[in-house]
Amino acid sequence: MKADPAGVLTGVHFLDGDHACCEGALAAGACFAAGYPITPSTEVVERFAARIPKVGGTFIQMEDELASSIAIQGAVWGGAKAFTVTSGPGFSLMMEHIGYAVMTETPCVFVNVQRGGPSTGLPTLPAQSDMMQARWGSHGDYEVIALCPNSPQECFDLTITAFNLSEKYRVPVMFMMDECVGHMTEKVIIPPAEQIEIEPRRKTHKPHDAYKPYECNGDGSLVPEMAHAGEGYKFHVTGLTHDERGYPAMTVAAQQKLVGRLRDKISKAADDLLLVEQDNTADADVVVVTYGITSRVAQRGIDSARAKGLKVGKLRLKIVWPFPDQLIKKLSQRAKAFVVPELNLGQISREVERAAGGVKTVCVPHAGGGVHRPEDILKAIQEASR
Amino acid sequence: MSEVDFECAECTNPVEPFLRSERMPHIWCPGCGIGTTVNCFTRALIDSKANLEKLVVVSGIGCTGRVAGYLKLDSFHTTHGRAIPFATGLKLANPKLTVVVYAGDGDLSAIGGNHLIHAARRNIDLKVICVNNLIYGMTGGQTAPTTPEHATTSTNPYGTFEPGFNLPHLVDAAGAVYVARWTTFHVRQVARSMQEAFKKKGFSFIEIISPCPTLYQRRNKMGDGLDAMKYYKQASKVKNGAPTGEVGLTKTGEIAVGKFVDRDRPDYRELMVHRFHESLGDEYVETGELVCS
Repeated sequence: MKADPAGVLTGVHFLDGDHACCEGALAAGACFAAGYPITPSTEVVERFAARIPKVGGTFIQMEDELASSIAIQGAVWGGAKAFTVTSGPGFSLMMEHIGYAVMTETPCVFVNVQRGGPSTGLPTLPAQSDMMQARWGSHGDYEVIALCPNSPQECFDLTITAFNLSEKYRVPVMFMMDECVGHMTEKVIIPPAEQIEIEPRRKTHKPHDAYKPYECNGDGSLVPEMAHAGEGYKFHVTGLTHDERGYPAMTVAAQQKLVGRLRDKISKAADDLLLVEQDNTADADVVVVTYGITSRVAQRGIDSARAKGLKVGKLRLKIVWPFPDQLIKKLSQRAKAFVVPELNLGQISREVERAAGGVKTVCVPHAGGGVHRPEDILKAIQEASR
Repeated sequence: MSEVDFECAECTNPVEPFLRSERMPHIWCPGCGIGTTVNCFTRALIDSKANLEKLVVVSGIGCTGRVAGYLKLDSFHTTHGRAIPFATGLKLANPKLTVVVYAGDGDLSAIGGNHLIHAARRNIDLKVICVNNLIYGMTGGQTAPTTPEHATTSTNPYGTFEPGFNLPHLVDAAGAVYVARWTTFHVRQVARSMQEAFKKKGFSFIEIISPCPTLYQRRNKMGDGLDAMKYYKQASKVKNGAPTGEVGLTKTGEIAVGKFVDRDRPDYRELMVHRFHESLGDEYVETGELVCS
């Protein structure tokens, strides 16, 4: 279906990434946000707080990130599309509720404008060091989806994708920005509403007595249909391991069935969840795997290397989780090496190394607080291609 | 219209239409007071003729947290301490719902204490039922913020020495519009207070002192569930309108009960809508239910 024009600010704008993310959420139909102020993410909800009364919806500034990350889920079960926005320390506090959203299959979006850590770290400076936390931060075995934009335009476009995927798979989606992308101002084109595709909620239309909240339809989809509170279904939702009725079920079999399905609904959709940009990877000796702000810096290093005659390709991950194992595996049949620059001391590079099956993988680490020097990336490419 | 047949002819118990009987037996211990509060709750639903399709129960974690799972209503068993912020989002997204938070003292006043005071301050339209058994039951009888001084618990084996919270005083100070306390001896009063809270707009708080024979009574040599009833009967004193600062609990002393606070002030949503109309005029798009496409 198409976007509701009410939230779509069609036109050509000059926006920073945080504001563009907010516009993406509004275009996607988000009508509820809960947040707690934290640098460098606050501008997203500041804009939402100013815009939403004129669009129709609610923003509430909660008392902390624990509250924000569960208030949005209450709003979702009440009928809204909802999201919260934070950065490192707040993201840490939200981990339990990412697990709750996974377990209860509550579609919602967590925006993390990454800053340097651990702890309070570098509040105003960039990092990409929460990438593994986005994947593994809550306890238990689970799968989520995570996206990484590299420009304000993508903060708009991919925020819509994030909401759409959260609805399609009934899973919390991590929108992993960074301080640079959040605070960089560029041209952002917002298309007319009729050009924006929106994934509708998987609402149930079953009769009340035939509805089981966690039963798959039998149509092959592993994603159950959803009811909202107040519709007469009288359903139960719990973070405990549960059966198809939503009732607690404390058995090995129920655990295997539920946790297995929660994994499978994402991992078996790997093809649908492949979202990358590839340049010159087909005949590359060296493939630079990159994401977020680092991809913009890496471009300079890649261009310099190609000017020197090296066969260098670029693989930019827009969806980082689930990780594109099969694509890396395919590229590893031709490439001699992968180079992975990232604003952390080696997170996604380990995933590349794992998927590359023995092909040399070189991490170009950076502890955060700034971006890589393009010459450092060039140097890594040159060394890797030897 | 509610689908529940209040006069259910086949039912062996008048509360049966409100329970997920396929989930029985419940997990609560013999003599526990939580089931009594659920009985009162269902009586309040019957007497108030509440629209059960629009009434939602949100629980946290713990013995009382299991209430949501036994009630045949839209019900959410959330995370430890976070029933109130979940309920806040739910209520704001769909103002037509009557949202009841049913949780224990540890859940609401320890791990969830911050949310408790902020929801009261904002005057979110929630009906909070706090079953206070003075202890952490589910995890084996550890000290709670409500445990009276000198009581013995598994984490204070030589007796507690921290002062306990006076919950009515706390939520009164934070801004609740309705505050009452009863014990599980006072079943009619509990049901009546619940009905009053259903009708009251704003943040309502009902504390129900409830026995935990397995982990509180036994360790403190206070007998079983029946002994707790005798104590509640003997020690309770109705003090409607009492200053909440004077209703703190001790281990074996008087239990002040009654309706302490019943006042009116605009709730969060009313204030929000009023503010936006004032500030934005015609630009404000007032919404009811936030129904996503």
